[in-house]
Amino acid sequence: MSEATTLSRRTLLKVSALAGGGFALSATMPMVARAVGAEASAPAELTAFVTIAPDNTVTIIGKNPEIGQGIKTSLPMIVAEELDADWDLVKIEMAETNMAKYGPQLAGGSFSTPMNWMPMRQTGATARAMLIAAAAQKWGVSAASLGTEPGKVVEKASGRSATYGELASLAATIPVPDPESLTLKDQADFRIIGRAIGGIDSPKIVRGEPIFGVDTQLPGMVYAAYERSPVFGATLKNADVEAAKAQPGVIDAFIVRGNGNAEELVDGVAVIASNWWLANRARSALKPEWDNGEWASHSTTGYAAKAKELMDGGKAAQVFGERGDMAGALASAAKVVTADYSYPFLAHAAMEPMNCTALMREDGVMEMWAPSQTPQGGLTSVAEYLGLPPEKVIVHITRMGGGFGRRLNNDYMVQVAAIAKEMPGTPVQLIWSREDDVRTDFYRPAGWHRLTASIDADGKMTGLKDHFVTFDLGESPFNPALMSPDTFPAKLMDNLLLEQDMLRTAIPMGALRAPNSNALAFVTQSFLDEVAHETGKDLPTLLMEIIEDAETEPTTMGFTGPTPGFNPNRVRAVTSKVMDMADWGKPVADGHALGFGYYWSHQGYFAEVVEVSLSDSNKVQVHNVWCAGDVGNQIINPFGALNQVEGSIIDGIGQALQLAVEVEGGAVKQSNFHNYPLPRMPMTPQIHVEWVKSDNSPTGLGEPALPPVIPALTNALFALTGKRVRSLPIDTSLFS
Amino acid sequence: MAITVTINEETREIDAPGDMPLLWALRQELGMVGTKFGCGIGMCGACTVHLDGQAVRSCSLPLSAIGDKKVSTIEHLAQSEVGQALQQAWLDDDVMQCGYCQAGQLMSATALLNTNATPSDDEIDAAMQGNICRCACYKRIKTAIAQVSRKEDTANV
Repeated sequence: MSEATTLSRRTLLKVSALAGGGFALSATMPMVARAVGAEASAPAELTAFVTIAPDNTVTIIGKNPEIGQGIKTSLPMIVAEELDADWDLVKIEMAETNMAKYGPQLAGGSFSTPMNWMPMRQTGATARAMLIAAAAQKWGVSAASLGTEPGKVVEKASGRSATYGELASLAATIPVPDPESLTLKDQADFRIIGRAIGGIDSPKIVRGEPIFGVDTQLPGMVYAAYERSPVFGATLKNADVEAAKAQPGVIDAFIVRGNGNAEELVDGVAVIASNWWLANRARSALKPEWDNGEWASHSTTGYAAKAKELMDGGKAAQVFGERGDMAGALASAAKVVTADYSYPFLAHAAMEPMNCTALMREDGVMEMWAPSQTPQGGLTSVAEYLGLPPEKVIVHITRMGGGFGRRLNNDYMVQVAAIAKEMPGTPVQLIWSREDDVRTDFYRPAGWHRLTASIDADGKMTGLKDHFVTFDLGESPFNPALMSPDTFPAKLMDNLLLEQDMLRTAIPMGALRAPNSNALAFVTQSFLDEVAHETGKDLPTLLMEIIEDAETEPTTMGFTGPTPGFNPNRVRAVTSKVMDMADWGKPVADGHALGFGYYWSHQGYFAEVVEVSLSDSNKVQVHNVWCAGDVGNQIINPFGALNQVEGSIIDGIGQALQLAVEVEGGAVKQSNFHNYPLPRMPMTPQIHVEWVKSDNSPTGLGEPALPPVIPALTNALFALTGKRVRSLPIDTSLFS
Repeated sequence: MAITVTINEETREIDAPGDMPLLWALRQELGMVGTKFGCGIGMCGACTVHLDGQAVRSCSLPLSAIGDKKVSTIEHLAQSEVGQALQQAWLDDDVMQCGYCQAGQLMSATALLNTNATPSDDEIDAAMQGNICRCACYKRIKTAIAQVSRKEDTANV
């Protein structure tokens, strides 16, 4: 356990960055914020996260937003474990947005588990220690003579006991113990952590009860649609708001001016009606005129042509990683391998379209119901936009119908705030159509790589060069299009040259599940498979050669957070495990082939093997995926954990086979599921997952299983056909 | 002019234009938000309801086209034996991640098992391929349907 993820008395929790860019968090995590003067008949709040009622009900606060990753169930499981609660008596409530009380509330970067593992254990243990102290005081015995059983404090010698409910109000008066003094459970004694527990909201979901952001219903609520230019960077000249107002059911229509920040608010027209379908239909009457500016000439084919021109031109504008003498390595190489790789823009397409509900209250408070992965960031953006102090903005966190990184950006929150401020006293629910959602995203950036490897006479890879063409995001603090100079295997190359050219674009870019890694795993693991093939070995063998000397380099491999850096033993373990699982190297069915891919991202180590065949019409058929993953020494909830891995694998296969966002005339061509075809049930392969346990604190599972499946698939297709997939999505005409 | 529709065995008067899709009448005229909006063009299945027992996409079904046919939604699913069995299987197998599409998945699965109590693997694929799960819980959805179907099978022996 590293110091930075435990709590001291005045806890400091810092997470700086993840590989290739990401979040920078630095915040204190309050352990306890106790209610004073708790009465015996009322529920007593022992810590900010634990309240115990006289009827023994334990209410645990779910701290971080739930997007389907299972965090609303798994973090409270950790608290309940150390509290020694009776899980059947546990209720979970979603936290309000409150940095001071709950610390960082974020669903992103697979951070929730590693950031909260130790603090949640300590908050549970804190409450347990206070309950024990209360019993000791009540019975006039020493705390050391007491222990707990689920939901009660027990005196070991006499066997007498008191329930947590009986002790709670007294416990709330006990001084908060020093976190350093707490005794945490041995892993072997866990009885809640490690149990397969169904999602806490699932019973409501199967009954169709209101639970998602878009299910928010308030008295007198009206619905808003927002018309904006399909061309990114456009400004509004004018629109026929009177014509829209004349449409059936329309209550109002008005122009909204952007604030100059595409991550918050762009020019548009709000149409308000008693029913969203009526509001959305009335958009067609607006006939807006836009000033599309310089961006209307931009297209993805144009970007690709420019990228090729830049790569053909030789030297790139910037060098961002260099070691040894790459030119020398190439000059003396026995063999040189060169290949161009590329991948497209991708949309998130969460099932629940972007939406948010807002009420500008008569008391000057903006109250919001937000499906946001970063509600604290959304609160700040809304407060700044409205010119309100943060305490005048209340953000209720709703469950989300998927996130995948889309809801890290809170543009829809600012948009509805801009509308609701014009209608004080009336709750407004903004909903985007699927077309709005697909065409107004923060896209996974496209990218182009010209890779070159030098190989010596012994068949050893001696150097790597990458001419990368990406996008410049100007002054944006977070550029998801940048590649870390530590991207595997750069740090392990004796000779290295990483250089890049940047294209200008107005296309908004953002984090998509396993940002950077979801593209770079394909590029690097496919290219290494090419190098392996050229040197007469398989990719696992080459991978083991590359990491052979990794121990000698105390490297973080791109991750600069508080957790352990790259560990080659963990790579070896998952690789060897998945090779066993898949019978790697043994004969496969006629017309089938296997491919391997490995990646380390978001602190998780995953090695995967894919089995493919081609149908008579050259359709790619994925039959089996074997997956070995190492996310530390403990799977917190096997149900949710396995679900994340299975979903990530199918997600990755879908991206590889059929997803791309294309831009033409400065606007996205795709619009809905007919031309942005997400995976469907018949594409589901058999998926076999095994965990490799290592001596590390548990880390997150929302992302790291996705990246390796893409190169495993393309490498399998090479093994099957001899044709190398170097561009996504896979063009099956390659195989005919 | 109000339109009369039978929903979950109740007669409901809806004061909305006849070309309004059933989805938006359910959600915002009647406050029944269990049926979900996903795409608006019948491509994702999140809005699936039953019309005389058949799975239909309510985002593409105008109120005026319903007539005397009976609408049944996720809120009513537990009233049917198969629906209830599927809801339980969904919980036993912890099928869902975000859960947003699951009302539609359950409605499609129920319609399938009501017409074919013991579907083959391919028949499950065919009946369910109109329902997108962005979290890709397909493996578990399929397993849950197969489990309920096997119970049916046993019950009929």
